[in-house]
Amino acid sequence: MRTMTSKAAQPAKVQAGPGASESPATGPAGRRGGKKSSMGVQNLAGWLFSTPFLVLFLVFMALPILATLVMSFTDFGLRNVTHPMDANFIGFENYVNLFSDDKFLKSLFNTAYFVVIGVPLTIFLGLVVAVLLNNGIDRARTFFRVGFYAPVVTTIVAVAVVWRFVLDPSDGLVAGLFSEVGLTSPDFLGSETLAMPSMIAMAVWRNLGTVMVLFIAGLQAIPTEVREAARLDGAGVWQEFKGITVPLLRPTLLYATVITTIGYLNVFEEPFVMTQGGPSDSTLTVSLNMYREGFNFFHMGYASAMAYVLFVVIMGITVLQLRLLKDNTK
Amino acid sequence: MSATSAPGAVSTAPSKKPGDTRPSEAKKPRNPKRLLVYVLLSVGLLIMSAPFLWMALSAFKTQAELTASPPVWIPTEWTLENFRNLLDKLDLPLYFMNSVIVAVLVTVSNLVFCSMLGYALAKLNFAGRNKIFGLVLGALMVPGNLMLLPLFVLMSKLHLIDSYAGLVLPFAAGAFGVFLMRQFMQSIPDELLEAARMDGAGEWYIFWRIVMPLVKPALATLSIFTFLGSWNNFVWPLIATNDPDKYTLPVALATFATDPNKAGGSNGMLMAGSFLIVLPVLVVFIALQRHFTQGIATAGMK
Repeated sequence: MRTMTSKAAQPAKVQAGPGASESPATGPAGRRGGKKSSMGVQNLAGWLFSTPFLVLFLVFMALPILATLVMSFTDFGLRNVTHPMDANFIGFENYVNLFSDDKFLKSLFNTAYFVVIGVPLTIFLGLVVAVLLNNGIDRARTFFRVGFYAPVVTTIVAVAVVWRFVLDPSDGLVAGLFSEVGLTSPDFLGSETLAMPSMIAMAVWRNLGTVMVLFIAGLQAIPTEVREAARLDGAGVWQEFKGITVPLLRPTLLYATVITTIGYLNVFEEPFVMTQGGPSDSTLTVSLNMYREGFNFFHMGYASAMAYVLFVVIMGITVLQLRLLKDNTK
Repeated sequence: MSATSAPGAVSTAPSKKPGDTRPSEAKKPRNPKRLLVYVLLSVGLLIMSAPFLWMALSAFKTQAELTASPPVWIPTEWTLENFRNLLDKLDLPLYFMNSVIVAVLVTVSNLVFCSMLGYALAKLNFAGRNKIFGLVLGALMVPGNLMLLPLFVLMSKLHLIDSYAGLVLPFAAGAFGVFLMRQFMQSIPDELLEAARMDGAGEWYIFWRIVMPLVKPALATLSIFTFLGSWNNFVWPLIATNDPDKYTLPVALATFATDPNKAGGSNGMLMAGSFLIVLPVLVVFIALQRHFTQGIATAGMK
């Protein structure tokens, strides 16, 4: 349509142009079907341009996702890595076993613990930093933003190794802070009660930057006139925050909450490197449990069932969050 | 009024001298509040950077200072011994090369394939376009753990365990990249492409010669994200490699760190290793930080 006005100087070809953009799904476009029908070309080109991605997607994502589902109904084990077809179909046995498996239930609980404490903390602190950066200062904004975002880009394995040392009760950084005030540091990662909170602290430290950047983008999308108007009406900082910033940030809040939750439900590297799931499975997450069952013990059918339970949980929670947060806006 | 805020302000906002009583623009009444914000942010930043500082400082400590209790903050005698020991025990150049090769291959293939589909979704009218876009959005939401097990079986069958192909293929085209490229390509005016079509340009020519040069900033953003994503990736390389010669840096470090026989609790070597993995990433990030925030923001605004 838009092309018509600019190209009106070439009357012969104009016919094919609008025809192509107006009827996207009808085969060869235009009654005239000039020397090359743009629609046909675009149809072919569209599929050719999509093919590489689609092939990779099909082979390395769609098929494996389906295969996980199939495997979860079998006793797929080490032998079946070379002879997949020999695995036996066992119905829902894996799923039934999961829910009487104390280890799995514990990993489910640990993951929930991680998410329930970790997500609100990450979102809240990310929002606070974003608001401070956006309203409070005019100098060194980039400097602070870079500083808060830096942990996001670093290699998580390396960072988890560092955190292990930071929390070391005898010679770590935190132990140093404790000794500075004359106290002995607890053994954070060696304690059943403190290991998970330590892991959460690290996750918040690492992910706060992502949330902060999202909120900064969201805040900058709020028209300044709205704020000015509120200020002229005598709104205080808190009123402005509650009455204007938060409601207008809802889409960002929703997005940030959803991606943080999904990320935390999959938590793997932190416990793998820092505690190996210990002490006494107190930091065994579902993903780590699945990895162990699948690749250490080669109970791959069982591990597949675990993966699907986690997937269903993730989908359920995502849908729930979308509902809850969307409804609130109306 | 100004006397209370000025002395503190020196440390954070370096512009004003203490006791400077000039009427500093119109901002005056908000100064104490601003100061509080600076203090809060500075404290936050200190906490955020403490693990990095601790890592960097510890990498240069002697064994005695590393195990000192209470801990020593700043090494009195800087040493490279940790790096030397680490390089003796761990073939870091090899792992570094593995990581680079994998990351470069993943990045290049993502740039090409994601841009191609991004172009098709943004600029070509074809049957099935909406369905493919739905697929891309769906793929964004699926957790990676869901395909690990069959992917391992598949790669074993294809004899691609312990190969670069096995490390690269599952990440050769990501949904995030498609989404990002589509967003950017939508802003290119249709008139421009129509004009090229009138002149007889084929779709490949338009894509490669007209569209790609116009989305260079997006390509830069995508390269950085993909390269770092691959550089930092852990779970799949951990599964897809058994031969230590094919380990990537994170796998090598994690294997080293979690094996008591190897690292032997030597935090010095581990800090040196972490330092060597994290430093290039931080340097690249600081140099190109604008692209990062842009990429995150674009992905966040659907």
